[in-house]
Amino acid sequence: MKRTMNSAYRDEILEHYREPLNYGKLLSCTVSSKQTNPFCGDEIEIYVKFDKNFLGVLANPPPRWTWAIQEIAFTGKGCAISIAGASMLTEYAKGKTKKELTKFSQEDMLRLLGIEVSETRKKCALLGWSILQDCLSNN
Amino acid sequence: MKKKDFPIFQNNKDLVYLDSAATSQKPQVVLDAMMDYYKNYNANVRRGLYPIAEKATAKVEEARDKVSEFINAEDPSEIIFVRNATEAINIVVESYTYPSIKEGEEIATTIMEHHSNFVPWQQLAIKKFLKFGYLDFDHNGNLFFVDELIKKAKSLAITHVSNVLGTINPIKEIIRNARKINKDIVILVDGAQSVPHMKVDVQDLDCDFFVFSGHKMMASTGIGVLYGKKKLLSRMEPFLYGGQMIQEVAIDRSTFADIPYRFEAGTLDIAGIISLGVAVDYLEKLGMEAIRNHEKKLTRYCLDQMEKIEGITLYGPKNAEEKGGIIAFNIERIHPHDIAQVLGDRNICIRAGHHCAMPLHTRLGVSATCRVSFGIYNETEDVDILVKGIQKVKKIFKA
Repeated sequence: MKRTMNSAYRDEILEHYREPLNYGKLLSCTVSSKQTNPFCGDEIEIYVKFDKNFLGVLANPPPRWTWAIQEIAFTGKGCAISIAGASMLTEYAKGKTKKELTKFSQEDMLRLLGIEVSETRKKCALLGWSILQDCLSNN
Repeated sequence: MKKKDFPIFQNNKDLVYLDSAATSQKPQVVLDAMMDYYKNYNANVRRGLYPIAEKATAKVEEARDKVSEFINAEDPSEIIFVRNATEAINIVVESYTYPSIKEGEEIATTIMEHHSNFVPWQQLAIKKFLKFGYLDFDHNGNLFFVDELIKKAKSLAITHVSNVLGTINPIKEIIRNARKINKDIVILVDGAQSVPHMKVDVQDLDCDFFVFSGHKMMASTGIGVLYGKKKLLSRMEPFLYGGQMIQEVAIDRSTFADIPYRFEAGTLDIAGIISLGVAVDYLEKLGMEAIRNHEKKLTRYCLDQMEKIEGITLYGPKNAEEKGGIIAFNIERIHPHDIAQVLGDRNICIRAGHHCAMPLHTRLGVSATCRVSFGIYNETEDVDILVKGIQKVKKIFKA
């Protein structure tokens, strides 16, 4: 039983909770989305700025490009798992292309967190993920 | 007090169960009674003309009599078996209030209600264009009685004991005052958190409707009770139509059975009803006063221990006399779900969240709280383990 506890609240999670990365608002963002988790009362908003990412230099025929995340940040309040999740996800998403992130599944998110989450707390773990997916589909 | 009566504690040696406000554990006698029905006289009730059906029918009516006596109803026909308190409230809203109320009229509730006694009334107000008023509470979790609101309201829906703050509302006094200034007001009392823990006398309270759930009072899940004064119930239209609730059915019309059967369409949760009857016996044998005293003692002890924890905020009355065995709290800089999870990983079962009372949490200005609630099987050592667990949580979170 102790093992599950240590894994859910391993140091990395607690560090992200205490000092989340990418916390704050983006003054100019392409898209933002907010969701709440009624189970915990968590509320998180993610801000994303997309930019063109060129694939290959001096290509001929004309350069191909794709949308990628140039800047990303989040604000909100919540439990350790949802805040740490948003912190780790925004860090992971930096510089990734839209295509890469659309493919980033629920399972990938849980793997990124690296902890075992119970069924009831999946919502916390996936809150940031769900908001980012919303940002991607609304852009 | 009676831990050995509950098999769950033999099967989970280190279980510290502090969530009885969500659902109570079940004593062996209740489980035996249900199994006895399924094994020895399983039959549908009020239908078969053979011995096991007669026995099942008799057991169901025996349970009705027991419940009726337990809350001191005037007559067993005032006891209607439903799924739970939520369903009972919905029946009153749909079958009593909806047909009798007109646009622009007013209904009242309180800000400390469980969603089950809030949302049905709120939705009724939206559907029927009613004014929707509520009573607020003070910093100690005690309700303010507002004359102007009660004077105009057609109905008042109020909880006996708050499922978050633990406040025991002075229901008798509130009802007496309400009737003094508004003789027509119809009052529904949510007894889900009171009936399992203290003596309730519906005639003494003088409420019109009283509702509660079996699973919070040692019976199985899926059974609940709607009590209503006979003259009100007799006036109400059925809530569900179907088998067993009719007098006679012609091709183009039906007449309906008398109360209570009019509100008991379809096959009932027979095993659940039998379990409820046995649960009532069990509670009465322990004595409601002894139960209340035991839980009061635990609450006092727990409040004393918790007040010593640094960074803790306790919600609701701080005096065990004024509250049921329910304590809501928060710890500075730690989210309630993280507290509950760390405790849960050590088999200490508390609840975290809004406890189906979001308006109350909005009123408190927090999104969630932790909640500890007691049953007769809890002892002071459960509180000691809890407090030690909370210290551990604080250490993990460096709070």
